[in-house]
Amino acid sequence: MVQRGRAFLKPVVFAACLLPLAWLVWKGLFGYLGVNPIETVNRFLGDWALRFVLIALAVTPLRKITGWAQLARLRRMLGLFAFFYVCLHLSSYLGLDLFFDWQALGKDIVKRRYITLGMAAFVLLVPLAVTSTDAMIRRLGGRRWRLLHKLVYGVGILGVVHYWMMVKADIRQPMLYAAVLAVLLGYRVAAYWLEKARRQRQGAAA
Amino acid sequence: MLIRFKGHIAESEVTDQVLYVDRRRFLALGAAGAAAMMFPVGRADAGALDYTKGAVTLDEKMTPFEAVTTYNNYYEFGTDKEDPARVAPGKLKTTPWTVSVEGECAKPAKLAYDDLIKPHQLEERIYRMRCVEGWSMVIPWVGVPLAQVLKRFEPTSKAKYVEFTTLADPAQMPGIRSRVLDWPYTEGLRMDEALHSLTLLAVGLYGQELLPQNGAPIRLVVPWKYGFKSIKSIVKIRFTETQPATAWNKSAPGEYGFYSNVNPAVDHPRWSQAKERRIGEFLRRETLPFNGYADQVAGLYAGMDLKAQF
Repeated sequence: MVQRGRAFLKPVVFAACLLPLAWLVWKGLFGYLGVNPIETVNRFLGDWALRFVLIALAVTPLRKITGWAQLARLRRMLGLFAFFYVCLHLSSYLGLDLFFDWQALGKDIVKRRYITLGMAAFVLLVPLAVTSTDAMIRRLGGRRWRLLHKLVYGVGILGVVHYWMMVKADIRQPMLYAAVLAVLLGYRVAAYWLEKARRQRQGAAA
Repeated sequence: MLIRFKGHIAESEVTDQVLYVDRRRFLALGAAGAAAMMFPVGRADAGALDYTKGAVTLDEKMTPFEAVTTYNNYYEFGTDKEDPARVAPGKLKTTPWTVSVEGECAKPAKLAYDDLIKPHQLEERIYRMRCVEGWSMVIPWVGVPLAQVLKRFEPTSKAKYVEFTTLADPAQMPGIRSRVLDWPYTEGLRMDEALHSLTLLAVGLYGQELLPQNGAPIRLVVPWKYGFKSIKSIVKIRFTETQPATAWNKSAPGEYGFYSNVNPAVDHPRWSQAKERRIGEFLRRETLPFNGYADQVAGLYAGMDLKAQF
């Protein structure tokens, strides 16, 4: 029974991660994207891109707190889904919103700080996606791979700031994301200091 | 002058009693099918207005009623575009409605809706509406030139500006609980802007009374300025000597100026204003200086640096 549960975990989570996209496609097919569908699609994909970044960042804290080791097996997939939704978000901005107006894109990246930050987040995610395969992990070596993948913290921060700066006045939503991110990053900082203190005590004892 | 305005009367007075009592079932039937998309609930509640075709029309495709009445910025009812149409119709009580006219004028008064609007001939004005967020619509408003209304109160020589205030009733407006803006929402115009023939005090659109989400029962329409200047559900009009504080300017002075004339050459700090998405169109179109009304209004700003006084 336990073995079967293990086998199902990944496919079930994989399917669940596709639900937001399926929901969006369904809304598109049946005309529920509202009167400004381009904005709706772009915002929806942006929301889910940021949510998946935060979900991926939640894996390690949750695993350590609950002791549920199986969670570690989901980390790569969730991270890649974050990349997937970021790509969709970027595509909808570029393809639907700007309609491949590269000049406008260039101006936006240079002049609009929230676009600059959003693009930076995307650029930081690319090497993480590229090095997500087992072969790449072996080639880099565990230590270097882990160091590289700390970039995801920057991606989280850039993503939240990107969202915060885009909002006109009602910053309650971006504040919520910022709070979640603060907890997820704060956990890591706290864990780091606790570990350091423990080692110092051990060193003193020896 | 022939006054044909039928007035601000309750729906129950003009609707057959059986139909009126049965309206919920009728609406429920509508909502059950795709018909709900074509005949939104609000439409059945709105009263028809009597008006003349105005002098100002526009040879551009009008934005569908459905879009005009479901995609709104009216933060008193929530900050999502769909919030006002969802929340406002059940909450905002537009009858009775009183507007207080105060400040630098010879005849200040508190007037009921009928007393304010009824003396005037309503006319239709088809205007472009450009939101500061980068989208636009074409809306057939029904209203009275603001100048005609303001002159009745005999503004004095000290009246250099007009300040407008929206209702701010937490019982009717759930969005007021959040401090997104400094309530009540206020807006202002320079006197010459307020008296300009394009400036409209609107009471309807598409030939019907305004729906709550569109700023019922009385709102401002200043077509050459960004949409947020066209303040909704007005309860107070005050003539002032000094430039009044305005809601969005207070919220972010670097982003929303007092004038806020539509200007493709002056970007919002966070996005370009060069283009806009007309609701219902895929490709963005060029934004026009003064939203296409430069011939009529550019003279108001002669000699001003529009980059500094945005």
